[in-house]
Amino acid sequence: MPKRENRKSRRTAVRAGWAIAVMGVCAGLAPDAVRAEEKKFLIGIVELQLTNPFFGRLKKAAVDTAQKHGLDVMTAEASTAGDSATQITAIENMINRGAKGITLDPANSTALVPIVKKARDAGIVVVTTNTSLAPMTAADATYETDNLQAGILIGQWAKAAMGAKPAHIAMLDYDLSNKTSKARHDGFLKGFGIAEGDPQIAGSALTLGNAETGQTAMENLLSAHPDINVIYTINEPAAQGAFFAIRKARRDVLVTSIDGSCPGVRSVADGTIGATVMQFPTRMGEMAVEAVVKAVREGAKPSGFHDTGTVLITDHPVAGVDSRDSKWGLENCWGE
Amino acid sequence: MQDPEPTVATAPQPDSNEGAVAAAAAPLASLQRPTLGLFAHPITGPLFALIVIFVVFSLTTSTFMNAGNMSLIAQQSVVIGTLALGQTLIILVSGIDLANGAIMVLGTVVAGSIASQGDPVLALALGFVACVVVASINGLVVARFRLPPFIATLGMFAIITAAARLYSESRSFPVTSDLLSVLGSGPEFGTVAVTYGTMLWVALTLALGYALNETAWGVRLYAIGNSPSAARLNGVNVTRVVFSAYALAGVFYAFAAWQALGRTPVADPSGYQIANLDSITAVVIGGTSLFGGRGGVAGTFIGTLIVVALKNGLTQAGIDSLYQQIATGALVMLAVGADQYLGRGHRA
Repeated sequence: MPKRENRKSRRTAVRAGWAIAVMGVCAGLAPDAVRAEEKKFLIGIVELQLTNPFFGRLKKAAVDTAQKHGLDVMTAEASTAGDSATQITAIENMINRGAKGITLDPANSTALVPIVKKARDAGIVVVTTNTSLAPMTAADATYETDNLQAGILIGQWAKAAMGAKPAHIAMLDYDLSNKTSKARHDGFLKGFGIAEGDPQIAGSALTLGNAETGQTAMENLLSAHPDINVIYTINEPAAQGAFFAIRKARRDVLVTSIDGSCPGVRSVADGTIGATVMQFPTRMGEMAVEAVVKAVREGAKPSGFHDTGTVLITDHPVAGVDSRDSKWGLENCWGE
Repeated sequence: MQDPEPTVATAPQPDSNEGAVAAAAAPLASLQRPTLGLFAHPITGPLFALIVIFVVFSLTTSTFMNAGNMSLIAQQSVVIGTLALGQTLIILVSGIDLANGAIMVLGTVVAGSIASQGDPVLALALGFVACVVVASINGLVVARFRLPPFIATLGMFAIITAAARLYSESRSFPVTSDLLSVLGSGPEFGTVAVTYGTMLWVALTLALGYALNETAWGVRLYAIGNSPSAARLNGVNVTRVVFSAYALAGVFYAFAAWQALGRTPVADPSGYQIANLDSITAVVIGGTSLFGGRGGVAGTFIGTLIVVALKNGLTQAGIDSLYQQIATGALVMLAVGADQYLGRGHRA
């Protein structure tokens, strides 16, 4: 069910606009009523399931930015991973309520394309956050982490940290039909300088991106390949689970991850994880909403891919790969 | 309302004291065992499947069949195995519990969050209370208000999943208390670790097996699973016994929560998302009938090992996880098919 944070109808918004114009509060800024309405338009913010603190942070940044601009905000979120139906319903409602802009974190890269087209045909500016639609041009613009680049960074760090030691790699993935998961996986291999199926890859397993499944997968891989000495993990909870398995088996394994959550950065600080790549949900939310505001108020529509940045976090920097230490990481991490 | 709670057969009141239980169990058992006995139940099918799995993986991988990996399979089994014991009780009375994984996760989050700032004993106790209370509400709704178990527990699954996340604000709590994580430790012999959690799982299986087969309560449970109306005609308080099955299952979920904290020392509201289905899979593969009244914990024990060993072996053999799901799914259908064919078919 879409959750409405602001139930003010459009009519109320128009009235408020008139009131403001009449009162002359914004006389200098809003020379006529139409401009007043444009200043205070309705923006829809559609997120993925908020059980993940990453999306919670992204949504908060978007809502905060919208409120800073004095917009009316309508929000909705998918109830589970891949739940595009809820998002479609939410966008339909936003079109009906006369939204002028929508930021969308699509639950599915193709399922949302028709409704986004309908919204854009109705004159609404639609930008995606976190991940994009297929084709990317289905939305006006996209604001997301370059997950391939995130993978490349962590792969390069792993390669440099291993030095001349022969590597026996374990890959702890999330469902590879997921775009983000695949990009990170491919990026790691690219950064490490190997191809899929390289003999240096000892084994791989799917996790659900949490500690429990990361642990079981790592236990099984270590049982089959006791020589594993470096692992890639889809995110930090999976890395933490893998660490439990490594500790129990009393092995020495280089653990790498991606995400930059605060618990993850703490694991970098205490040495559980060797390095991780931070992404920036706050920047995603801010940039997306700013772009919508600019498009609606000034008519300058955004377009294309906007990288919201990736930073390697480690206390063991290597030559040739830029990184920040865990202290910086803790100041800039997301999700508590 | 007169309901003197007689036993199914005309045995003396066996709940009255310990000695009478054994005395009553003997004639009862000789009368009823062909249909409800734990060890007479055909667990030979599941056992055979387990042996096949072990043989195949021993031949196809060099790392599956060794003591270290066997102890690993045991450790990986404890959480689902303990959950599945509770699930067995409920399925025996023709019910199903879709909420058990969520209830367990709630237990871990309650215990983990309280332990992060306070007394671990209190934390563990409140975690237990949370599990038993929620499971008892399920029991009340199913037994007293006659809601279909599938729907009632589906609703509870949604409620408890959300409640655990609201309560924890979607954070996870690292567990540092020795008490909460004790079940993950235990004596080690080289690469072989026999955790207290493994021992607890075996002990709980034996205890529940005894309760189901050697007490009047167990007899009533099977009787209700076979035919609630016949059980009622025989004077069994169906409402009370069905409620007791759900409430006692809650105790097993609480133990499962403790097991989970021992295995993965972090209380994570997003963990064990499909533990409910895994536990049902273990029970069904173990030969317990989804129609109720047939099966038992020995089968569930083996069923759990099948589910875990299959995943363990397929990962080691380098098989894609999606094929692992196909293999498990096929086994479930095979097990239910066998149940339908052998059980209902010949009884009808």
